[in-house]
Order: sequence, then structure tokens, then C-alpha cells
Amino acid sequence: MPIQGNLRDFSTTQLLNLINLSGRTGVLRIFEGVPTGDKDANGNEKIQPGKERAQVLFRAGKLVYASSAGQLNDLIAVLNKGGKLSEAQAKVLRERAKGTGDKALAMRLIGANYVNRNDIVACVQQYVLEIVYSVMGWNREPFRFEENVNIDAADRILVPIDLQNVIIEGARRLEKLEEISKHIDNLDLCLRFPENPKEKYAGVHLSVEEWRVVQFVNPKNTIRQIAKANNMTENDIRRIVYGLEQAGLVEIVRPTTTKPPVAASSKRAQPQVVQRQVVNRLIDKLKSLS
Amino acid sequence: MQTVKMVITGPYSSGKTEFIRSISEIDVVSTEREVTTEAERREKGATTVAMDFGRITVDDDLVLYLFGTPGQRRFDFMWEILAEGMLGFIVMVDSSKPETFREAKSILETFRAYAPTPYVVAANKQDHPEAWSPDDLRIALRIDPEVKLLPCVARDRSSVRDVLLELLYAILEEMEE
Ligand SMILES: Nc1nc2c(ncn2[C@@H]2O[C@H](COP(=O)(O)OP(=O)(O)OP(=O)(O)O)[C@@H](O)[C@H]2O)c(=O)[nH]1
Ligand SMILES: [Mg+2]
Repeated sequence: MPIQGNLRDFSTTQLLNLINLSGRTGVLRIFEGVPTGDKDANGNEKIQPGKERAQVLFRAGKLVYASSAGQLNDLIAVLNKGGKLSEAQAKVLRERAKGTGDKALAMRLIGANYVNRNDIVACVQQYVLEIVYSVMGWNREPFRFEENVNIDAADRILVPIDLQNVIIEGARRLEKLEEISKHIDNLDLCLRFPENPKEKYAGVHLSVEEWRVVQFVNPKNTIRQIAKANNMTENDIRRIVYGLEQAGLVEIVRPTTTKPPVAASSKRAQPQVVQRQVVNRLIDKLKSLS
Repeated sequence: MQTVKMVITGPYSSGKTEFIRSISEIDVVSTEREVTTEAERREKGATTVAMDFGRITVDDDLVLYLFGTPGQRRFDFMWEILAEGMLGFIVMVDSSKPETFREAKSILETFRAYAPTPYVVAANKQDHPEAWSPDDLRIALRIDPEVKLLPCVARDRSSVRDVLLELLYAILEEMEE
């Protein structure tokens, strides 16, 4: 089943988190948003996919490639952007290497000592990440993630990149606090570690600020208390928690020490007391329905 | 005679009325009225205002009532009243409308705060070509692994029955603890 929607409702960060957690392989396409003049279920402007703006490829939950409409996206462009080829060199090469695929060209450039393998990997990574970070700042584009595609079909150099780091770095760069505030709307909730923290934290690069938050992670400390202990503003803590949470490094939970707020009027609904036998009779009845 | 009650909740147009209609032995006593805004009208003709009400009779002395909540926030004063004394609840989600996921999660949390009863989440409209799969919905809505998230087509009686059964099993499991 394809996953589709609009970044307004489900952000790129959330999509990356979903793809990371479910270990997906496939292509994420993001389109220009074209208003239809209709309204959606939320009363917001309904938006249809227009021209494709970017494509991001994943393998087994890792980011492997990205391209952006309006850029050439071939290896020459990648190396040029990464400072390994000058404009002039790029121009000559593009003439000479016409029709050569990226992989073959890479071999030739390495053979001719133009660049080495690490240069290519580093340039591709940088190129891909730049596109992804910019996509993470979009917030009204329609998207579609498809799984039944052969991501190796085109001749592209795929470099696997862990999504956790991408998500955290993307959150650091997010300029709009709007999405973050929508997501982390209650600072009186607490944080806890995920089920297999060791695995999750392996290979993740946290900043000092992020570590300062992580050391207070405990279902007894509210986000607000953690901010206070670290002398952070609400916006600081929101941004950090958002990144950590989206990367699957912490989970947001209700505090374990304080009881859930009981409505003052004690109107809080009491669960019905029924016997097992009653439930079993209901089950039998339902089973008998065709 | 003993009566027990389950509540079907979820965002606007997620399929609550349809769900109850598919399984109730009486015509659903619906307090629907024509939708008022232009956007809602395009979506569907009628919305539930106070509640839906369905019934499944087990025998002379046991009846199950199904209550559907109004999906629109402007009618949410009804929610707490409907939640009173419920055995469990079902959160219906329109799997084809990601713009309603956040609302679905917020309704789920609200109902959880009303009463500590078991609940399940129904990923409805699985027959829709744009429906998100239950597994993706679990991540999108951040549903705990121990909570059941079930595929559902509210128009299909056997699918509705299966969701109700899963809720009953969850209730049994809770009793065991
Ligand atoms: N394809 C499909 N459509 C469904 C399904 N369930 C409900 N619908 C349709 O979705 C629309 C909304 O269904 P309702 O049952 O009225 O939704 P509701 O949750 O009661 O809506 P409110 O009372 O307004 O909150 C109707 O047009 C239904 O026919 C389903 O499983 N599949
Ligand atoms: Mg209804």
C-alpha cells in the first residue's frame, strides 16, 4: 500500500521516522502543491500533487539517494557541488562523458586519479543530505511513498545513511517552530527511553545540549523540569525533544508518579464491573453472527 | 436484565455510524442531521449530532449497547456522558485521511483519561485505495505495541464483528491480570 498525504499533516520528519522504524525500501516523491479550491476534512485547503519537486530513495530503512527537480543530479553535478570539480572541468567532462552512467564515470575518474572513492562517497552524501534537509523544511507539499520499485534500476550511486542522524540534524536546522510546537504541545509530559536503547543509540551523534537532555530522561521528570534543570527555554527544549523523539531515541509518556488528573467533579467515568462469564457470553453471541 | 455498553469514537466521518449500522440488530437510532458547512457537505450528507445507538441482544437477560459519539469537536460535550460506565471503547480512524490522524490520537487520549477501560483502534476504510496500512498507522499515531490496531471495513459486517471480538478479548485479558 502506498503511503500518501500532505506534508502539512504528516511532516517529512515523521515520514523519515516511519521509514526508519519499519525498515522500508522504496521511493518517496514530493510534489508541488496545487490547490483544488476544495476543502479537506480539517477545513483546510485541499491540495493536489503537481509537478515532482524531489525524490528520496531508501533501502531497508536507510536513506540512500535524493534528487531535486531543477538540478542535474548526476555525478558531475554532485562532484561540482562538493568542490571536487570546477565549473570548467564539469563542463568539459559533461561533453566528453556524454552517455556514460554515474557508476562507470566514477570508475573512470578514480582510474584517472581525479578523485578517490572516499571523495565520491562524501560528495554524494553531502549532496543527498542537502536535498533532504531542505525537504524537511517544506510543509504543504503532497507526498507519496512507493515500495514496489526497483531502486537500483537507474544507474545511481547509492550511499546508505542512518536516518536517526538525519532526523536529529534536520530538527536542529528547522526554522519553523510551528510544526514542533504542534507535536510537543504539552511540556508536562515525561520522557523515557525506547525498548532497545543500546541499539537505537549506536552510531548516533548527539550535541552537548542533546546529551544534557538525555541524562534527565526518566518517566518521573517532566519536559518542563528537564528544561529548568538545564536552564533551557521552552523553544530550546521543544526542538531538542522533537529531534530525539522523531529519531526514536526517547518516547513521550505521562508522568508515572502523579496520578492522571481526576476531573474535579469526580465525574470521571467508572468502568463497568462485569463478570468474565458476561464477556464470554458476548463473545459467543458475536461469533454466532455471520 | 443486564446491559453492557461499548463506545465507538473517532474523528469526523471516520465511519462510526456505519460501523454500528453494520452490526446492530435494530435500525440505528441516529441523531444525524444534515451537515451545515460547505466543506462537510462535500464530504458526506449527514453527521452525528448527539450519538448513534445500536443494540445486540445476547439473550433475555443480556444486551450489548453500542454508542457512537459525534465526531465533531463542537459536539464533544456529549463524550464524557457517553463514556460513563463503558466496558471498553473503539477508536475509528479513516485510514485514507492522514489529515485526521492527529485528531484521532487526541480523541483517543481524551477517552483514555475518562476511564481506564480497555480499547482497540480500528484502521477503517481499508478497502479505500489510499488507505494507510495498520502497521503504518501504528507508527503514525504512536500506538503502544500492546494496544490492538485492527484492519476494518465498517461497511462489512464480519469485519465489524471481528473488531468487536478483539475488544472483548482485550477486556477478558485485562480481567485475567
Ligand atoms: N470505503 C469505505 N467507506 C466507508 C467505510 N466506513 C464508512 N465509510 C463512508 O464514510 C463516510 C462517513 O461514515 P459515517 O459512518 O457517517 O462516519 P461517522 O464517523 O459516523 O461521521 P460523524 O458522525 O459525522 O462523525 C460515509 O460516506 C460512509 O459510507 C469503509 O469501511 N469503507
Ligand atoms: Mg456518525
